[in-house]
Amino acid sequence: MPIKLPSFRGRRDAYPPDLWTKCPSCGEMLFNKQLDKVDRVCPSCGHHFRLSARSRLGLLLDRDSFQERDEGLQSLDPLGFVDQKSYPDRVAAAQLATGMRDAAVWGIGTIEARRVAIAVMDFAFMGGSMGSVVGEKVTRAAEAALDERIPLIVVSASGGARMQEGTLALMQLAKTVAALERLRAEGVPYISVLTDPTTGGVFASFAVLGDVNLAEPNALIGFAGARVSAGTISTELPEGFQRSEFLFRHGFVDRVVHRSDLRAEVSTLLGFLVPIGFDETPGEGTLVPGFRPLSFLTSLAERVSADLSGDGDGRGRTANGRPSAQGALEGNGRPKPPGQPIPASNPEPADPQPAEPQPSTTPAGSERERG
Amino acid sequence: MVDRLLGRGGRHPEASLGTEQPEDPKAAVWARVQLARNLKRPHTLELVAAMADEFVELHGDRLFGEDEAVVAGLARIDGRRVVVIGQQKGAETEENIRRNFGMPHPEGYRKATRLMELAERFRLPVVSFVDVPGANPGPESEERGIAESIARSIGLMSRLRTPILAVITGEGGSGGALAIAVADVVIALENAVYSVISPEGCAAILWRTPDQASTAALAMKMTAQDQLALGVVDVVVPEPGAGAHTDAAETARRLKVAIVAELDRLGRLPLDELIDQRYQRYRGLGAFTVVTSAPVAAPERPGLVDRLRDLLEAGLQGLGGPPAGAGRGQDDMPDPPARDEV
Ligand SMILES: [Zn+2]
Repeated sequence: MPIKLPSFRGRRDAYPPDLWTKCPSCGEMLFNKQLDKVDRVCPSCGHHFRLSARSRLGLLLDRDSFQERDEGLQSLDPLGFVDQKSYPDRVAAAQLATGMRDAAVWGIGTIEARRVAIAVMDFAFMGGSMGSVVGEKVTRAAEAALDERIPLIVVSASGGARMQEGTLALMQLAKTVAALERLRAEGVPYISVLTDPTTGGVFASFAVLGDVNLAEPNALIGFAGARVSAGTISTELPEGFQRSEFLFRHGFVDRVVHRSDLRAEVSTLLGFLVPIGFDETPGEGTLVPGFRPLSFLTSLAERVSADLSGDGDGRGRTANGRPSAQGALEGNGRPKPPGQPIPASNPEPADPQPAEPQPSTTPAGSERERG
Repeated sequence: MVDRLLGRGGRHPEASLGTEQPEDPKAAVWARVQLARNLKRPHTLELVAAMADEFVELHGDRLFGEDEAVVAGLARIDGRRVVVIGQQKGAETEENIRRNFGMPHPEGYRKATRLMELAERFRLPVVSFVDVPGANPGPESEERGIAESIARSIGLMSRLRTPILAVITGEGGSGGALAIAVADVVIALENAVYSVISPEGCAAILWRTPDQASTAALAMKMTAQDQLALGVVDVVVPEPGAGAHTDAAETARRLKVAIVAELDRLGRLPLDELIDQRYQRYRGLGAFTVVTSAPVAAPERPGLVDRLRDLLEAGLQGLGGPPAGAGRGQDDMPDPPARDEV
């Protein structure tokens, strides 16, 4: 079913005109409406502001392709947790402020006509913290990806596990990672996109485990809070500590990707990492021949109109002065990724061999519980 | 207080849950946290030495180095060959420095995963002993991928084709504990604790002062008995006398009885069934409901989301990142981000 929460679309046009954001990196005062049009990347210095889950889905997915699943999942209060506020009160306040039910959404969508399972976190909801609902949604996204043999994409933005759910939040690390292991065993690709911030238990579980890890520039990514690292061990922190480029330098991130290139990069990767056992029969699969005239024309039209009108709804970005996608064609009419951030893939997808029997890490015939 | 709490000598501590309410639950929980951290509490090597007929320690992760905060090796317990893995705190200062107070670096977890794979190859069950304040949080840990080493270990344990028993003997500190505690059965000593973040860290974030650590400890329900009720722990083993530190031999004997019983039970299960049950054990952990009402109310003021987001952004940078350009303070944050320390 289509995504709810129409307020996200509506509010764009109703910004108070006096709402400006100061870029924390270069100090430039940015008009929020303008900032949204460039996907919240500072036009003068390239600082990547945080994105809401909805904006992120708009950025990555083909227009109107997202079908949210399990939108009704809502956290309980297993510990009866009260700090300065009760946990249910905090959840209610976060729901009111964000229009989301919890810190993640998941569903099925397409990226340049390829079907994917995608889960996206939103830092605005209690610091993107992972409790039972976030863990369940990421797990269900992984299980759906396995069932359907479609790639899994998870976009992380989280301070870590949600303290108010105690060890049940901690157990979500095991739940999500166990589900990812099943994907791994059966050759279903998982792309992890790490955005600012991705720390604590989220980084130490599904976020770090992508077949490919992509990170947005200068995102805070790390296990321990910098406070802990600096305080506990009184040494000077290395330059750029716990930033994307630091992770890249140390070998834990494959690519640091500018937001305006992210959709194209993910799309290119999906052209290489085709799930084992994915049904690619022409006319049935969503992949071959990779060119769907309608969706291609639609996306081309969107890009052009976005460029002309500045409709910042996810496509046709001109963030940071970079050229936006113009939908240039390759031989077979497949839309060409902008800027060719990765060598273009062979337009024909990888050999669709059926899965080899894996050393059975997954018991045959076992039912995956769907909650 | 401690004596009164533990003096009941109960064989079934869980049975006393709710029947014997201490006058001050906060103090009672804090007493347990202190017991779990007691320097004289028997640690992994001492427990293994007491319960195993034979033990050969193995060293190194084959990638970077040897981490003495994690011990691992081959043991024979009541005639059963097993692979043992555990965090190791020191008994005194010198040893604690050598063992980094039981806080593993990535190479410690990679040594653990190496031994788990060895266990799988030779069809040996794994028994892990969890006693860790948290994984080492320093820059060198981050550089070498502490998060990756923990996540990989969790993943490996979730699918390892051999029985796994985890025993929380002291402190079960967050991801650093879970990294070796994904198991078919999780046993906890009576005064062990298990939490998503240290009570001090939780208090610092949610109460804005570490002084509220005991309040946070109570709120997080981190005692073995609470964890049993939540389903995170399966078996609680009573400690002798006033706590494990008063009688290490008896503590080891009781643990051994529980371990042997579980090993024998798990050993009878077909491997496929075992792995599936392990998956379902973690698959089922969590507390949520499904609501069918209309989605939650829209923000009342347009733009509120972005206001909040920007406030949070400034706040987080106040917490951990470089100084925010915009001078907004942490106090503006409606919800402090939950950061599990280590
Ligand atoms: Zn800027």
